[in-house]
Amino acid sequence: MSKVSNILEIAGLHARIADGREILKGIDLVAKPGEVHAVMGPNGAGKSTLSSVLVGKPGYEVTQGSVLYQGRDLLELAADERAREGIFLAFQYPVEIPGVNNIYFLRAALNAMRKHRGEAELDAAQFLKVVKEKLKLLDVGEDLMKRSVNVGFSGGEKKRNEIFQMAVLEPKLAILDETDSGLDIDALRAVANGVNRLRDPGRAIVMITHYQRLLDYIEPDFVHVLSDGKIVASGDKSLATELEQRGYAHLGSAA
Amino acid sequence: MANVETLEAVRSAGVEGYKYGFVTNIEAEEAPPGLNEDTVHFISAKKGEPAWLLEWRLKAFRRWQQMKEPNWAKLKVAPIDYQAYTYFSAPKKDGPKSLDEVDPELLATYEKLGIPLGERAALAGIAVDAVFDSVSVATTFRETLAEQGIIFCSFGEAVREHPDLVRRYLGSVVPQGDNFFSALNSAVFSDGSFAYIPPGIRCPMELSTYFRINAANSGQFERTLLIADTGAYVSYLEGCTAPQRDENQLHAAVVELVALDDAEIKYSTVQNWYPGDVNGKGGIYNFVTKRGACRGNNAKISWTQVETGSSITWKYPSCILEGDGSVGEFYSVAITNNMQQADTGTKMIHLGRNTRSTVISKGISAGRGQNTYRGLIKIQPGAEGARNYTQCDSLLVGKKCGAHTVPYIDVRNQSARIEHEATTSKISEDQLFYCQQRGLEQEDAVSLIVNGFCKEVLKELPMEFAVEAQKLLAVSLEGSVG
Repeated sequence: MSKVSNILEIAGLHARIADGREILKGIDLVAKPGEVHAVMGPNGAGKSTLSSVLVGKPGYEVTQGSVLYQGRDLLELAADERAREGIFLAFQYPVEIPGVNNIYFLRAALNAMRKHRGEAELDAAQFLKVVKEKLKLLDVGEDLMKRSVNVGFSGGEKKRNEIFQMAVLEPKLAILDETDSGLDIDALRAVANGVNRLRDPGRAIVMITHYQRLLDYIEPDFVHVLSDGKIVASGDKSLATELEQRGYAHLGSAA
Repeated sequence: MANVETLEAVRSAGVEGYKYGFVTNIEAEEAPPGLNEDTVHFISAKKGEPAWLLEWRLKAFRRWQQMKEPNWAKLKVAPIDYQAYTYFSAPKKDGPKSLDEVDPELLATYEKLGIPLGERAALAGIAVDAVFDSVSVATTFRETLAEQGIIFCSFGEAVREHPDLVRRYLGSVVPQGDNFFSALNSAVFSDGSFAYIPPGIRCPMELSTYFRINAANSGQFERTLLIADTGAYVSYLEGCTAPQRDENQLHAAVVELVALDDAEIKYSTVQNWYPGDVNGKGGIYNFVTKRGACRGNNAKISWTQVETGSSITWKYPSCILEGDGSVGEFYSVAITNNMQQADTGTKMIHLGRNTRSTVISKGISAGRGQNTYRGLIKIQPGAEGARNYTQCDSLLVGKKCGAHTVPYIDVRNQSARIEHEATTSKISEDQLFYCQQRGLEQEDAVSLIVNGFCKEVLKELPMEFAVEAQKLLAVSLEGSVG
């Protein structure tokens, strides 16, 4: 069954927001294990709506179309169930949770997933081992773990923390929402290196970005251009280069 | 310092609502309902008290008759018929001489409550005094403590065995006529705990009292008196539960703490009286007067409370900082869910020079709960160099609850330094969604966020209490979102 080997299969997806405005107007996208997809587009094209709908954020209504995740209907699952099934969103604006230790938060998350998969939960010592390994892999400082979740983090630290969480939670499908926004070039490089280390034959990554510059560091297998709620062009990495030279307007009108 | 695993605690607590709501079938000896001088005589006679204590009670009773209930708190209290309550209820057996003589039914009750008595206490390393309705039923570990000269016993026993200590300190921190409820308690208090730590002794284990109201329509009026003599240290834990009943039960306790020179008392409470049902039916009226006096120089009294239960909480654990350099602390978490109301806070009365106080209050309102912080910082003219830091944070869960902060600051010495910070926030949709996107269920997410909010207070609790407190926070907030 070739269908089930797809991690993500979006077909004819329409969605609207609370005020009734239709934002997604028919999206098709298929992601297989090991693939990295970049979804690009101008502001207001529906990029963030697409990621929100995929992770089940409240406030969006799917009116048409379907989303299959590993062959099953994703849209019937609640947000936390989707997460436990292996869908991870690296937030554009990671949220602060005062008083909750970062490492504690992450262990709660990992154990929720392990429990869901019928695996034994990790105690503090076992978890620390996992964390140390991943910190090394991503070159993240240990002090980040002891602070409250995202509280007082710089923009770069927040984004690195998201990627670090991804490393620990080992999702099947990772959606990176504007992970490059607000980063200086050094921070961008560090975050991109992290993502590259997390490329995996069993994992699909969907990167949502406004700028082409992220793709200089994380090379996608496929590039999709989103405009006015539809994918107007798909191709390989060269599409992104073309886009940079000629702008979104050109592609939008070509569709 | 407590470092506990919230989510595990939540899971083990399960969806159980108020799990302490059972009633124990035990034969009780009760005073006839109602309150008059005969009731006071009855209680005093039942307890075989000396004449001076009977007189003391009667004086309080006469005072009480002339007093009115306080009405300044932000609480809606239905009229209380003090004549409808029973003021004395005791398990119907002569007082046990040792644990072996305690009614097995009672022991089973305490076991259900998770209170370690006897051998289980030894394992837990906590000395426990358990008060069931009106009388103290068992005090564990007394011999171990006695070796160091520490007295830990029921109040009734202290009256018999250590009358001088009791007479010297009883009512010295909370005078009979301090308020309506302290007067009532002074007239009809039935039992409670007493502890005395001799000079220079550091109490080697946590002392603990568990209060349980079992009998229907009965009030519980316990009296606790702790004295830490010069250079002594004691950490004291208090827990409370009650069966689930439709009527409102009355709890009006008085706690007095005395710390002499260089002594330290740490007093922790996890209050989980039955809160009433979703519509506000039943539940405990908790009208409690708690106060500590730092009588000596460099004495320290620290209150930590986690208030999750009761339909109404009226409680202001306070410190009178008499000795130079003495320190008062108040750490509080108060939750109101459904129809619960709480008006709680502290009073820090600075009398001595260079006295310091810290107040950290975390109020959480959910459902239609109303939560008020009410605090007084008073710096008297002689309190040269006094300092206070107060932080009051309120967290709102949902749209129908209320949080109120009423700080009073009264400074009569120019050298004082007072800081007051207050915040009010809501659990945001964004925080909840962020947690859910990481795989946490909504209720676990709420519990995690609330525990984070309360962290500064929870870390003050002794370990075993912190576990219970975290479970309670989770259970208390079940169903409060969505």
